[in-house]
Amino acid sequence: MSSETQSFKGVGTPTTRMYGLMAVIALGWVFLGGLFFTPEDAVQGDAVRIMYVHVPTAWVAYLAFIVTGIASACWLIGKKHSMGFDRVAGASAEVGVLFMAMTLLSGSLWGRITWGTFWVWDPRLTTTAFLFVTYLGYLAVRGLGGTAEQRARRSSVIALLAVLEIPLVHFSVVLWRSLHQRATVLSPDGDIKMDGLMLFTLLFGVFGFTVLFAWLVSHRQRIIAMQDAQQINALDAAVTERLKEVQA
Amino acid sequence: MSTDSVINFVDAVVVYNGYPALAGVTLRVERNEIVLLQGPNGAGKSTLLRACAGLMPVIRGTANVLGYDLTVDRESVRERVGLLGHQNGLFGELTIAENVAFWSTVVGASVEERNSAMERMAIDGKLAGRRVSELSAGQKRRCALACLVVRRAELWLLDEPHAGLDAKGRDEIDRIVKEAAASGATIVVASHEIERAQQLATRTISLVAGQVRDSQ
Amino acid sequence: MSMSTSRIARAVAAKDLRIELRSRVVTNQVLPFSGLVMIMFAFALDNDDVLQRVAGGLVWLATLFSLFILVQRTFAVETNDGALDSLRVAGVNPQGIFMGKAVALFVQLLVLEAMLFIAAIVLYRVNVNGSGLVLLVTCVLCATAGLAFVGTLYGGLTAGARGRETLLPLLLLPVVAPVLICATRATESAFRSGGLTVGEGWPWVAVLAVFAAVFGLGGLLSFSSLIEE
Repeated sequence: MSSETQSFKGVGTPTTRMYGLMAVIALGWVFLGGLFFTPEDAVQGDAVRIMYVHVPTAWVAYLAFIVTGIASACWLIGKKHSMGFDRVAGASAEVGVLFMAMTLLSGSLWGRITWGTFWVWDPRLTTTAFLFVTYLGYLAVRGLGGTAEQRARRSSVIALLAVLEIPLVHFSVVLWRSLHQRATVLSPDGDIKMDGLMLFTLLFGVFGFTVLFAWLVSHRQRIIAMQDAQQINALDAAVTERLKEVQA
Repeated sequence: MSTDSVINFVDAVVVYNGYPALAGVTLRVERNEIVLLQGPNGAGKSTLLRACAGLMPVIRGTANVLGYDLTVDRESVRERVGLLGHQNGLFGELTIAENVAFWSTVVGASVEERNSAMERMAIDGKLAGRRVSELSAGQKRRCALACLVVRRAELWLLDEPHAGLDAKGRDEIDRIVKEAAASGATIVVASHEIERAQQLATRTISLVAGQVRDSQ
Repeated sequence: MSMSTSRIARAVAAKDLRIELRSRVVTNQVLPFSGLVMIMFAFALDNDDVLQRVAGGLVWLATLFSLFILVQRTFAVETNDGALDSLRVAGVNPQGIFMGKAVALFVQLLVLEAMLFIAAIVLYRVNVNGSGLVLLVTCVLCATAGLAFVGTLYGGLTAGARGRETLLPLLLLPVVAPVLICATRATESAFRSGGLTVGEGWPWVAVLAVFAAVFGLGGLLSFSSLIEE
């Protein structure tokens, strides 16, 4: 519980710098490859390039959801209620919300370009929208105040309830959309014939965005740790102040 | 450090909204004592009582109530503790009888215990049939105390029990407190009514700025 | 002196329903409000065929709008005079409190939905009979159980102080979406709207039952953590 008295040098460590570099390289390749080196699709033309952003961010959005769920469970179940799990859960949710927004945005643009509509009631897109709103709610619950332990307890329960709820939402939407038999594909990435380079760029993009996710989460959770420590320092100062009140 | 003491706090810190409402409280209350907790507004009397009831987390120091370590588990102690806070915890649309009946049922008290509690609080049949929302502050307080009495708690925590009562009502509170102590309960009363409470209490603890000033 | 969960639940449910009978908030405020909502839908949609087709969805939408009011009301009863705190201090089993409040909320929701369905039959000219009625009743029971469980659960978290009540719609709406989807589809089958048969409605009711079971259990396990300070 001691305060960090050395000057602030950033929250990076050699490990995070290493995979930060990996993320930059991978995403750099995806950027160049996605925009220039890979061929355009026979049907969609250049619009297919949105896939290199949309698919990986969708994957990371779900990964973030899973990480928050697992970290919340670990916090609840562990006897010591180690705060690291709570911080990872919170950081993952924040980063996850960012990626969910990117997924929705890129999916929406893609749909507009290929199908002429900004939105389709595709199960995956709809579930992502729900995931987005649910996690906004989760972050709001994290912001309710109190000590770090109180925050951890409330939000871990909410996260696990979300883990119960999201599959139910997804299943309901799948059932719902399967009624509306569409002969055509329900999402733009259904019919693309993947050339080797496209597939590689796509997978490399998934890898790159995942590493980016890990980098963002580890930095964010360290910042949360520092914020929590700062709260404790503020408390120490307030206690000392009050103790002085009596001695005066 | 005797484990027999009912309340044993050492440098306990309790936070509310980021503010240390209790900034290092050290006190001991032994079995069967009637302790008066006094101090100015904002000293932390209500917070201390709520902390003893296990309602607020103690984040520093030691806090043992009835043998339970509140820094580890503040839920198990609650069954054995009775708190009368600033609010009465009553349901306005129900009558006194219904309120007491509800509280009796959820804590597992028998009908005899329920009737005896209402008797002790001098609640007759006519009063018992009136809705709580129509009552005076003093009558509501008596109803709240009846709901507390029915629980037969080992430790009573009373936050300004005399407030809003007339002289007769205050006498009744004192009578109840003495009876409870006589039957083995330990009582902590936070009150501004220093003279009256000092007659009642075996000991006085002064709380200032979230710490114990002195204890006689 | 700890009591069994079911006795506590019964006492809490009885208490809540008795308070409702005395204060008549549901009958005097919520029912007129949702009746008005049903009429507003007709103003907005302005097409008898469309209204008849979507009547199922409108009933459940009106239910959800009123759900927030009902949930906030059921917890306002507890926080008005610090009763929830007193229940916590008394060490009353939170699972009992959860079940009791959920049962009371269930009953109030049923009353509301009965009125809404009557309004739909009158205003939107749908009708239901025979096997459709069996489907409808089962659907209503399962959906309402689910709504009562999640309403009580998230209501407990957002109860009381510090501007938490505004969090309730944000938390609750995504969670009740499956209920809206499935209950509406089952209701449309019961009304035989748009050429649906009654048989097609039963899978939806199965999902509603799963939802209710999941959140009933989830609620029992989580309620104490969410009302804790």
